[in-house]
Amino acid sequence: MSTPQPQWALELRGLTKRFDRPAVDGLDLTVRAGEFYALLGPNGAGKTTTLRMVVGLLRPDAGSISVLGHDALADPVAAKQVMAWISDEPMIYDKLTPFEYLEFVAGLWGIDAAVAEARANDLLGWLGLGDDAHHRCEGFSKGMRQKVALAGALVHDPRLIILDEPLTGLDAASARQVKTVLRERVAAGGAVIMTTHILEVAERMADRIGVIAGGRLIAQGTLDELHGQTGKGAATLEETFLTLIADEAAAA
Amino acid sequence: MSRPGTLTWFAHHEARLAWRDWLAMMTAGRRRRVRTVAIALIIFVTFMHFVAYSMVGRFAGVGLDADKATLVAISGSLLLAWSLMLSQAMETVTRAFYSRSDLDLILSSPATAQTVFAVRIATMAISVALMAALLAAPFVNVLAVLGGPRWLCAYGVVAAMGLAAAACAVALTVALFRVIGPKRTRFVAQIVAAVIGAAFVIGLQIGAILSYGNLSRTDILGSDKVVALAPDVGSVVYLPAVAVLGDATALAGVLTVGLILLGLAIVIFSQRFGDHAIAAAGVAAVTRQHRSASFRPATPKRALRQKEWTLLTRDPWLVSQTLMQILYLLPPAFLLWRSYGEGTGALLVLVPVLVMAAGQLAGGLAWLAISGEDAPDLVATAPVPAGQIVRAKVEAVMGGIAIVFLPFIAALALLSPYHAVVCAIGVLIAAGSATQIQLWFRAQAKRTQFRRRQVSSRMATFAEAFSSITWAGTAVLAAAGTWLALPTGVIAVAILIGARVLSPHSPDGRSRRPRLRFRSAPAT
Repeated sequence: MSTPQPQWALELRGLTKRFDRPAVDGLDLTVRAGEFYALLGPNGAGKTTTLRMVVGLLRPDAGSISVLGHDALADPVAAKQVMAWISDEPMIYDKLTPFEYLEFVAGLWGIDAAVAEARANDLLGWLGLGDDAHHRCEGFSKGMRQKVALAGALVHDPRLIILDEPLTGLDAASARQVKTVLRERVAAGGAVIMTTHILEVAERMADRIGVIAGGRLIAQGTLDELHGQTGKGAATLEETFLTLIADEAAAA
Repeated sequence: MSRPGTLTWFAHHEARLAWRDWLAMMTAGRRRRVRTVAIALIIFVTFMHFVAYSMVGRFAGVGLDADKATLVAISGSLLLAWSLMLSQAMETVTRAFYSRSDLDLILSSPATAQTVFAVRIATMAISVALMAALLAAPFVNVLAVLGGPRWLCAYGVVAAMGLAAAACAVALTVALFRVIGPKRTRFVAQIVAAVIGAAFVIGLQIGAILSYGNLSRTDILGSDKVVALAPDVGSVVYLPAVAVLGDATALAGVLTVGLILLGLAIVIFSQRFGDHAIAAAGVAAVTRQHRSASFRPATPKRALRQKEWTLLTRDPWLVSQTLMQILYLLPPAFLLWRSYGEGTGALLVLVPVLVMAAGQLAGGLAWLAISGEDAPDLVATAPVPAGQIVRAKVEAVMGGIAIVFLPFIAALALLSPYHAVVCAIGVLIAAGSATQIQLWFRAQAKRTQFRRRQVSSRMATFAEAFSSITWAGTAVLAAAGTWLALPTGVIAVAILIGARVLSPHSPDGRSRRPRLRFRSAPAT
């Protein structure tokens, strides 16, 4: 008998976090398996705080987080096993080579060495890092560092990938590679949730888009559904986004 | 205000930066701490004057008619101080080449590089001289109060030594650049700085071991053999020593030499300094590692330990610091070798030296492994319990300590198993205590901030130092077989309890104060 698959790759219920003021305020959000979800919002809206709570870098004040059926607050190790986190600042070690870095990440996630090495070689080659695989990362450009971090996130084959502004500082070719690999992961049944300020990326890649402001989800849906929610016949995501934010600010 | 781009304008800019840098270092960047730091400094300076009184008070009566032995002792001490100044200056110069900070802005501006670096070299010289003057101040003041204002000439000598040390450091570093290139200079200069800083002390100690069978530097400086070999009174070699004693002419001579050396360094090297700084930026640090054959099977703990060891061995600052520690262990090792088959009396001195060194080294390693985690989010998002991560890092630190100290303990065991057991326990406890203090006071930082790790917590620094000292004391008393080891051990434990109470982290690793979180600061 096969294990029933959870309905949601990520399920947030009543997620709350306060610093000096509420950063995330009773947030409900769900992402399906095989879905690319873009989380948009102005600066300080609570996007990064939300994602950091999901990956276990911050403890919520209230609410629940479920990752592929694992309660991330009660059993964080099981939840972390199936997800990967990439921030806008690549989390790599200057004194390690990409090859050594991937070996370390594979060890951390407890991946079989032979399987991980094959994946690592594929990823390094595919991301154009094959020639630099045995050079220390300290001389790498921002784009190369971000690619190493991406390879690290993918080497343990996560089923939920969480990205915070992953395209910051990437050149066009690198950004395209990152977008392609994310789409491939989604096509293979993985889930991706990503914050971005590049609305065109969200417009072109996301299956669903969530707009967050003041720590609350103010709109969610496909691109067409979002356009419909403004009721103003907006033609682009930029117009829709700005209208939603302005309406929320006026209502507040 | 001087005209922008001129020498005085840059000097004002550098002075302002140096002052704020110093203030930030003293207050850890918290302005509210200024008053606390001022009070602490006053207490510390007062205490140091008492220490100085006990050490040099009896020499205040030494006059200008000092005999040869006195001049040799003063000259030896000055040479020791100068070697340390040179070491510090080399580190400062290397940092000026490689830490980019404002160099990109300055070098891309229309200001002439020669002007900029002339000021920068002078600033480095002044900072080295000032630091030396601050350290010497309690001793000079005590001598001046007890022996008359003529002793204030010592400040001039210290300043001249600082200028000369900076000039030599610039010349040495530029020479290294030309001979071995910018890529290797970064690492080699740090090693050379460490060796220079330690060489004179080590030389004196080895001399003392050969002559007297102990580690006392003063014995060798005051020995008849050395005094007999030294030049006669009136030699120019004693000019700095005579200047310290209050001879104005000698002081003028020493200051002139210092200023000429610094002037020459500025004239000759300020233009090249800019070129070398640009060359250092172009190094780009493309370091090819020996290709690993394949991924090695690893548990998360093993992966973490392996990562820590790899990073520790590739950390140039740590390598130079560790080398310095190991260099300081050479005289005890030599004493160990000399004592072979000659009884265990001399071995007693080895125990505290090794225990103290283990505590200090463990503190540095623990800071790098625990606080200096460059990818904290990666480690924190891995499916590994937090306790296991901490244990792996502690194991990495203790493994490093074992590699350095086991050979010494094994050699000691051949001579005296009892001393070896006491020493091993002392090393273990001192290293464990230093590691535990780093765990209590951990604060997320970049590994590159290692040099300024004391800034993050003065409390941790003092706790670590006092813990190592008291454990070393306990170990030597235990090795001597006296019950006095018990109260000393109790004091060491009390220091740990005090550190624990004052620390921002509770035993379960949770931060009591949100300011010092192990994980990244919140963001929205």
